Amino acid sequence: MALQAIAFYLMAAVTLGSGLAVVSARNPVHSVLFLIAAFFSAAGLFVLLGAEFLAMLLVVVYVGAVAVLFLFVVMMLDVDFAELRGGFQRYLPVGLTVGALLLIELLLVLGGWKLAPEAAVLKLSSTPGNVSNTAAIGRLLYTDYIFLFQAAGLILLVAMIGAIVLTLRDRKTSRHQVIRVQNERAVADTLLMVDAGLGAGIKTLGIYRPLVETPPQGRDPVAATELGERRS
Amino acid sequence: MNWTTAIPEIFLSVAGLAILVFGVLRGRYSGPGNALVCSMLVLASFAVAAILIIGGNHGIGYNGQFTTDAFSSYAKLLILAGAALGLVLSLDYNRLEGLARFEFPVLVLLSTVGMMVMVSASSMMTLYLGLELQSLSLYVLAAFARDTLRSSEAGLKFFVLGALASGLLLYGISLVYGFSGTMDFNVLARSFADPAGVAPGLIVGVVFIVAGLAFKISAVPFHMWTPDVYEGAPTPVTGFFSTAPKVAAICLIVRLMGTPFGHLLASWQQLIVLVSIASMVLGSLAAIGQTNIKRLMAYSSIGHMGYALIGLAVGTAEGVRGVLIYMVTYVFMNAGTFACLIAMRRRGIALDKISDLSGLGRTDPMLAGWMTVFMFSMAGIPPMSGFFGKLYVFLAAVQAGMWTLAVIGVLTSVIGAYYYLRIIKVMYFDEGGEAFDRRPMSLSVVAAAAGLFTLFFFVFPAPFVGAAQAAARVLFG
Repeated sequence: MALQAIAFYLMAAVTLGSGLAVVSARNPVHSVLFLIAAFFSAAGLFVLLGAEFLAMLLVVVYVGAVAVLFLFVVMMLDVDFAELRGGFQRYLPVGLTVGALLLIELLLVLGGWKLAPEAAVLKLSSTPGNVSNTAAIGRLLYTDYIFLFQAAGLILLVAMIGAIVLTLRDRKTSRHQVIRVQNERAVADTLLMVDAGLGAGIKTLGIYRPLVETPPQGRDPVAATELGERRS
Repeated sequence: MNWTTAIPEIFLSVAGLAILVFGVLRGRYSGPGNALVCSMLVLASFAVAAILIIGGNHGIGYNGQFTTDAFSSYAKLLILAGAALGLVLSLDYNRLEGLARFEFPVLVLLSTVGMMVMVSASSMMTLYLGLELQSLSLYVLAAFARDTLRSSEAGLKFFVLGALASGLLLYGISLVYGFSGTMDFNVLARSFADPAGVAPGLIVGVVFIVAGLAFKISAVPFHMWTPDVYEGAPTPVTGFFSTAPKVAAICLIVRLMGTPFGHLLASWQQLIVLVSIASMVLGSLAAIGQTNIKRLMAYSSIGHMGYALIGLAVGTAEGVRGVLIYMVTYVFMNAGTFACLIAMRRRGIALDKISDLSGLGRTDPMLAGWMTVFMFSMAGIPPMSGFFGKLYVFLAAVQAGMWTLAVIGVLTSVIGAYYYLRIIKVMYFDEGGEAFDRRPMSLSVVAAAAGLFTLFFFVFPAPFVGAAQAAARVLFG
């Protein structure tokens, strides 16, 4: 029990500390790294609660995908974070006052919270016996909550459609892969065996380009390059 | 598990996925024809879904997460009608503006599925997921004209503020869950049978939920986003925003206040009264100074939501009946108005100033005539349908003895009439500019259909009143 308590306090402290560091770090890259630390220790807290699956999910999804994406965005976009944080000092007193007021009000309201007698037991054990955590969640998700699960899937689909609709642009110079054309290419179409004399070089044979007379899809290979862009 | 209750939603989702795949396979850049075919397919699936709803069975399914009853059927049919009108409005506009892409109808369809889930929600989680499905599609639609700054700005603003509202809503839901231990609407209703024993924290949760949902219907004081988003979004999208999603959100509030929180009437009534009065007053006053007609419509919709909320604030079956009738009249007159606004186009450039309408009475008497019908209806002048919407709501307020609400409602309608009538004055009495471009067939059809409905609603109100009555009985028996 003592070990668990130590682990809990350690990880809780790390979570809170790195959470604070996320918003206070000067360098945005450091912020993201602290965010990853916070996710990791939160995952540890989940393990302590007996929710291994959620812990794994947190690491895989948030650290593996979201945080890395953040890192990319922070590094690739030229955002002046110092300027964004310019008002921090100025608005700090007001923000703190409002936050404190809200906290006091909520404490007053939540003071009436009554815990059910069996709450202390219920909070840990919702896993049915002989079944792993993951299987238990899976069973619930695909039976009782199937409707909500599918609805959540639709929401993700909308997010995907939205991202494509709002960002994908068809550039004139972009070259699409046409798998059929690739598969139908035969050796004879593209390759010519030439017996070049010793020291002659193929230039004398008049061959500069591939043999394909009309490039696939009727696209002029030159038009798709910078040269073509300059020309048009 | 009674899974058949959700057949219309399942059908629409599957149809949406099929249309998406169809659109992708036909080629992303195969021109506006692809978008047209997909729009037609979406309209057809709306029609099938409507038939499924009419023929569907009522009951509770999916472990109490999803419910269908007379109320949800009524709301869903209205949502489908609003979405179909919005989609028809977008057909030619999108082609002319170079926005004709097949994702547009698919997004409209998916947001419609979200709205249908919202009005059928019987658990907080269903409510939230339906709401997010709807909102997320709407964010994308607002920014659909991605190359114009205003549209992108509208989408971004809508997204950020919508996320904030979702946060408020979720916080409220978490408080309600924490204090009651359940998310099921029917179980919540049972546990509040004795309102005296309800913890104050739970009431705070209800307040947060109302705040989150008030954002979605753009009721004051959560209306800030509305004018900017309405102005920036492509006009048919604005028309869509102000019909179907409004119906879904207001029906969701009505169900939420009726079923789980029905016994807490005394706690939420004053809140709704306040929001309603504030929306009516701001909607009528702030619209006066507008020069952009889309902004004007934004304030108009804020005001209309205020009137509709009167019916909910009353907290009786008559009041909810009033809300439901109001929404029917509102959807049709709004769709018609937007059909007229989309027709405002000179030499291929879309216009959105009120002054651009000047002289319309001479250059295009037909369009001006329909616009007049809609403006009279919005102002609530008999015998247009808008009058009956207001009549039933005010009647319920008077019957319940809430005179202040009714009096403020009548006063603000009189103030609101000023800016609706001003548009008519601009069309008929101001020195005119040149004629608009020839308007496409689709707009004429929508304007005529909505106009005839608005004009002759007083001849056949009985079926609507009867259906609304039956729907309202479900929640406030």
